[in-house]
Formats: sequence, C-alpha cells, structure tokens
Amino acid sequence: MSETPEVRPPVVTPGRVVIALCLVAPFVAMLWVGSYAKTDPAFIGIPFFYWYQMLWVLISTALTMLAYKLWQRDQRARRGADGGAAK
Amino acid sequence: MKDGVNGVALGVFIFFFLAVTVMGFLAARWRRAEDEHSLDEWGLGGRSFGTWITWFLLGGDLYTAYTFVAVPAAIYAAGAAGFFAVPYTILVYPLIFTFLPRLWSVSHRHGYVTTSDFVRGRFGSKGLSLAVAVTGILATMPYIALQLVGIQAVLDVMGVGGGENTNWFVKDLPLLIAFGVLAAYTYSSGLRAPALIAFVKDALIYIVIAVAIIYIPIKLGGFDDIFAKAGEAFSQVNPATGKPRGALAPGDANQWTYATLALGSALALFMYPHSITATLSSRSREVIRRNTTILPLYSLMLGLLALLGFMAIAAGVKVTNGQLAIPQLFEDMFPDWFAGVAFAAIGIGALVPAAIMSIAAANLFTRNIYRDFIKPDATPRQEAQVSKIVSLLVKVGALVFVLTMDKTVAINFQLLGGIWILQTFPALVGGLFTRWFHRWALLAGWAAGMVYGTAAAYGIASPTQKHFGGNAKEIPGIGEIGYIGLTAFVLNVLVTVVLTVVLKALKAPEGVDETRPEDYTADAGDPGVEVELPPATAGAGH
Repeated sequence: MSETPEVRPPVVTPGRVVIALCLVAPFVAMLWVGSYAKTDPAFIGIPFFYWYQMLWVLISTALTMLAYKLWQRDQRARRGADGGAAK
Repeated sequence: MKDGVNGVALGVFIFFFLAVTVMGFLAARWRRAEDEHSLDEWGLGGRSFGTWITWFLLGGDLYTAYTFVAVPAAIYAAGAAGFFAVPYTILVYPLIFTFLPRLWSVSHRHGYVTTSDFVRGRFGSKGLSLAVAVTGILATMPYIALQLVGIQAVLDVMGVGGGENTNWFVKDLPLLIAFGVLAAYTYSSGLRAPALIAFVKDALIYIVIAVAIIYIPIKLGGFDDIFAKAGEAFSQVNPATGKPRGALAPGDANQWTYATLALGSALALFMYPHSITATLSSRSREVIRRNTTILPLYSLMLGLLALLGFMAIAAGVKVTNGQLAIPQLFEDMFPDWFAGVAFAAIGIGALVPAAIMSIAAANLFTRNIYRDFIKPDATPRQEAQVSKIVSLLVKVGALVFVLTMDKTVAINFQLLGGIWILQTFPALVGGLFTRWFHRWALLAGWAAGMVYGTAAAYGIASPTQKHFGGNAKEIPGIGEIGYIGLTAFVLNVLVTVVLTVVLKALKAPEGVDETRPEDYTADAGDPGVEVELPPATAGAGH
C-alpha cells in the first residue's frame, strides 16, 4: 500500500491552498469585529451590523460549498493517480 | 400577559403534540434492521441516515427550543451582544468540514459510538476516555433541563403554566405529561424517533419564522421603526448598573467578548455528545461534508429569529423574565391559531434535542463507564438495554433539576457545560490529526482547563447574581474581556503541549494506538467499512 511514495502528488497543491482559504476566510471576517461594529449603512432599515453578518452566512456557505467541490475533485484525481500507479 | 387559558392556541398546540407522539412511537418501525437490539440500532439509528435526514436531525438537534427562546431573549435584554450566535454558527461549518469526516471514518472502522470510544482507542487510555465521557454527561444534563425551561416558557404564555399561587402539581402537570411521553417513545424507538419528529419540528419552525419576519414588521411599521424604538430603549440607563441597557452595535470594549464568544462556542458545539450522535448516525463520509454546505440555512434562520428580539421591544412587550419575550410577542402579534402553531414549533423544538441528548448521554455512560469499568463483556443487547434505562434516568434527572431548583441554576450549569465541553477539544480533534500529544498531558490539560474555567465562572458577579453572573472575564496577559471557555481552552492547550514535551523526554509510556492512518479517510464501501457494521461493538460473544 505504501510502496509507491515517489509517485504521490505533493501534499500542498494550489487546489488545496484555495480550499484552505475558503475555510479560513469566514474566521477572519467574523472575528474582526471592528470591521463591522457599526450601524450604517442600513439595509431596509436593518443596521449594518446585523445584515452584514447575515450576508456572511450566505458567503461562508458559498465558500464551504466551493471547498467541498474542490475537495471532491482533488480526491478523485488522487484516487485516479493512485490506482494508475499502484496497479 | 393575558389572563386565563388561550383555548385556540392550546388546542393547536395539543394537536401537533399528539401528532408527533404518534410519530415517535411509529418511528420504531421506520427503516428497521434485522437485529434491532444493539447500540448501533437504538443509539445511532442503524448508522443509515442519508443527507437530508442527517440535515433535519442535526438541525433539530443543534438549534434547540432553548436557542429559539434564549437568543432573541439576549437581544431583547442587551442588543448587539446577543447576536454573537450568528457568527458562532457561521464558524461552526468550515470548522467541522475539516475534522468531522475523519471522526466518521475512524468510528466506522472501529465501531465507535461515542467520542470517548475514539479517545480510548486512539490513546489507549481509559482515564482520558472517562474524563471525556464524564465531561460530556455533565455538560449535557443541564442542556436537557433547559429544553424543559423552553417548554415551560411556552406553557406559561398559553396560560396553562399556572401562576405563582397554583398548586405545584397542577402547575407542572403539563410538563410532566410532555416529558413522560418523550421518555416513552425515546425508550422504544431510540434515535429514530427524534429523526422522524425533526421533520415536523423544522417544517413548523421555518413556517413560523418566515411568517414572523414578514408579518410582524408590517404590523410594527417596518424595520426602520423597529430599530429606532429598540435603539431608544437600549440607550436608557439601567439604574442597577449605571450603564445603558445595551447597544445596536458593540462598542470597542465589547468586541473581544463578541469574537471570543463566537469562536469558543463554535469550537465547543461539536464536542457535545448529541452533535456527535447525530453525526455518526449518517450513512457515509460524504453525507457529513455535504451537510456542512447545507446546514448554514439554519444559521440564516437563527439570524432572522434573533431580530425578533428587537421586534419584541418595538412591540412594547414587557416581561421581567426575558425568556418569555418571544412567546409573548407571538401571542400579542399573531391570531390565536397561528400563535398555537408557533408554540407547537417551540415545544416540539424542545422534544427533539432532549431525546437526542438523553440518548447521547446514555451512550456515553454505557460505552465508557458501564462497559469499560463495570461489565467489560457486555453483549450488544445488554448495552442497548443499559442505554435505554440510562436515557430514562437522565431525563428524570433533568426534570427533577428543573422542578426543584431555580431556573437560573440550570442556566448557570449550561454556561459551565459550554466551558467544560470545550476542554475535550484537544483530545478529540487533536487526536484526529496527530498522535503527538501524550495521553497524560491531555488529561492534565483537560483538568487545568476545567478548574480554571469553573473557578473563573464562579467568580463573576452580576447585578442579580453573586456567582456565575456571566461568561466573560478579563483574559490574563491581554487585558481584554473575553469568553472564559476560550481562555481555559488556551490554557488547556498550553499545559498539554508543555507536558507532552516533558513526558516524551522522560519516555513515559505512550499507550497503544489501535487506529491506523488509513482509518481516518475510509469511506462507506471501502473494505472494513460496510454499511451494515460488523459487530465490532460486541467484543466477545454475539
């Protein structure tokens, strides 16, 4: 099973960096409270503080979904490479 | 509060309650397996749930009745500070995306039912596994009790909770009935009952939120008016503290608290046994990853729900107990029949998590106390039987808790529970990625976090309470006010890392790791990960 280390793709690939960024972005955005702790501009009467965070629910969902798709593709590619090399 | 019983609302409430009771009992026959007498069947629904059932189950499990009552209540009380629940649930999903699939895989390879099972297998340490199990049970019990508080709030507003002067038995009878029924179908149907009822719960909740978020602002003159009135109310100075009641956006001094609460709570959520139970009941690794992309729908709902707190202020709802603010808002704003639907949503919203939590706590007891320390050769049938009985005891315990003690005790303990459960993070999540940590170091780190967290929480006074008056305190060395749980967690990690280095230098015995690297990435269909699990739970016999 571990006989073919030399043909393994590298652990860090551009695709994986993108995945990591997608997963880290919500943390940066949400933990930096100073960037959104204000009431203006309001949206349909809702202060910025609230609609901005709710918008981030949607943004982080999109990012996680992107990460999921990229991860699936990454795994498929890896399995393909493994299968070809090992057998 | 209106006097007397709201007959129409009560009728609708009872209708839905009866409907889910029937479903709860019928659930035993839903997707029944050939051998139903094992913990995999009773406690994990046969590990067979697909994407949508898992979604409903996790949603029904994590967003509890108490959440529905407490989040808007916090907004109602103090404004912006209560909104941390939204960034908290935003952060949960990218976080679990990274580690939950690994837990699923290794649990399926080795037949783990609880997080403590994994910790014992990974670190070969019954002591560490016991610490994780006890923490899980302690953190879950008050959480169950708070579900009862949620039901009580609804019953009170409907007028069947009775006043202060009614006889305690009459006053608590509806609650006793509700929990008797819950206990009975959890006993007979296991995890299948809450999984089925979760459909009804979520459907009701989504309908109620959708209607509330459109209908109530129209009645109150739009969000502009709502926030103008709320801003006015928050700027008034509270005579007890000499500070304004709250704010529409957190001031500079409160931003650390806001961020650390969001992060700490996000780290803690999937350490709770009931979250893990719902996760392990899913059919495959993919189901979990896919769920991290659709679960945020609940966060959106939570955000909208939180806004109801502002509406309660704008609508002039005046309650001394903040927990009643939202039920009261529904009663004031909605026609009676729809108020009944809303109350049913909250009431059923309490039953689903209470059932899952009691199952999760029972599984922990059975696997990591009963089997590890009392009866190592227990058969799967005995395990299931013990779990069923313990799930009953756990619920009775929660009921006694709520009926005999002041509600604030349950809330204090739940606050502590959040701090405690976070201390199992290094052993669990650390263990999923690396075997570098030493088991004794993890145990010492856990103990340090528990002691610091408990002592710090004990020392916080509020205008109404001498101890456990809040969950944030000055972070040593930084000087900002932050969530105690997260500070304790950092301390925990520091102790763990330092002691690991020391213990490794001393060559302390590391314990046997029964898992292999490929176990963590296995998926359904791989060898050794059959959909119908081999009786790895059995040990001997069967």
